[in-house]
Amino acid sequence: MEEKYVVEGLFGENRNEVVDSVPHCVAIGMKCVRLDRRTATLMIPYRDDLVGDPNRGVVFGGVITTLLDQTGGAATLCSLSEFSSMATIDLRVDYLRAAEPGLDLYGFAECYKRTHSIAFVRGKAWDRDPDDPFAHYIATYMLGANQNDPLVESAEAGLAK
Amino acid sequence: MSRASELVGQIPYAKFIGMGVDRDARGLIGILPLKDSNIGNRWLPAVHGGVIGSFLEMTAILALLDQGDGDRIPKPINFSTDYLRSAGPHQTHGRAEIVKLGRRIANVRVVAYQEDEARPVAAGIGNFLV
Repeated sequence: MEEKYVVEGLFGENRNEVVDSVPHCVAIGMKCVRLDRRTATLMIPYRDDLVGDPNRGVVFGGVITTLLDQTGGAATLCSLSEFSSMATIDLRVDYLRAAEPGLDLYGFAECYKRTHSIAFVRGKAWDRDPDDPFAHYIATYMLGANQNDPLVESAEAGLAK
Repeated sequence: MSRASELVGQIPYAKFIGMGVDRDARGLIGILPLKDSNIGNRWLPAVHGGVIGSFLEMTAILALLDQGDGDRIPKPINFSTDYLRSAGPHQTHGRAEIVKLGRRIANVRVVAYQEDEARPVAAGIGNFLV
């Protein structure tokens, strides 16, 4: 049977609606690279104020958490057959190596399984080459968690355009 | 002032999220003030989950720096965050417990709470290269 995706109209490149409605994403400079079926790619341009280790110039690990949490939420949105709010239940990041100072950070996530109430997501982050990631990530999201979800609000607004 | 509060002022990302530290009889407390740029959901409103995860991780690192005598910032190997409640528009506090401090690896558990320590908003655990 053909799967139905409620945000199919947003699939494609540069759909910044999914980050521009989130104040912290705007503050951190996050952009949406691509949305597709059950997957999303987002990025954060390198910035000196995101550094966690001034001796090495490496971006703080938590910035990767923020990037991948948001990317996973977007991937979950792209898996939905009808609109539902989303809330992160848990996530884990493995830091495979340090991100290279000065390079932009890319995050990819895939919702590999979704039930009525839970989305299971995995992904990775890289700087130069998607095949040489500096972080791996796994997370679960609860669906139908609260009334107002910025991702849903912005997706609905984006689709209405 | 303590070593951790001196160090937190030297980490650009800690400044970006407005983080500070406090201390009581039980030890170091990470402080995350309410800041518009940390908001993830402005309808609820709630602090962004990534900021909460970062705050837990930073609190763990500051607790380790506070214990040791070196200036090298511990490198995270992995960090896992459980989101227990929505973090509302309040100041958030974090308390770390160093479960094990080995020669090379430290295991640290952190809990974040807002108005009531008995009602945590998030809990994290991570391994760090020290």
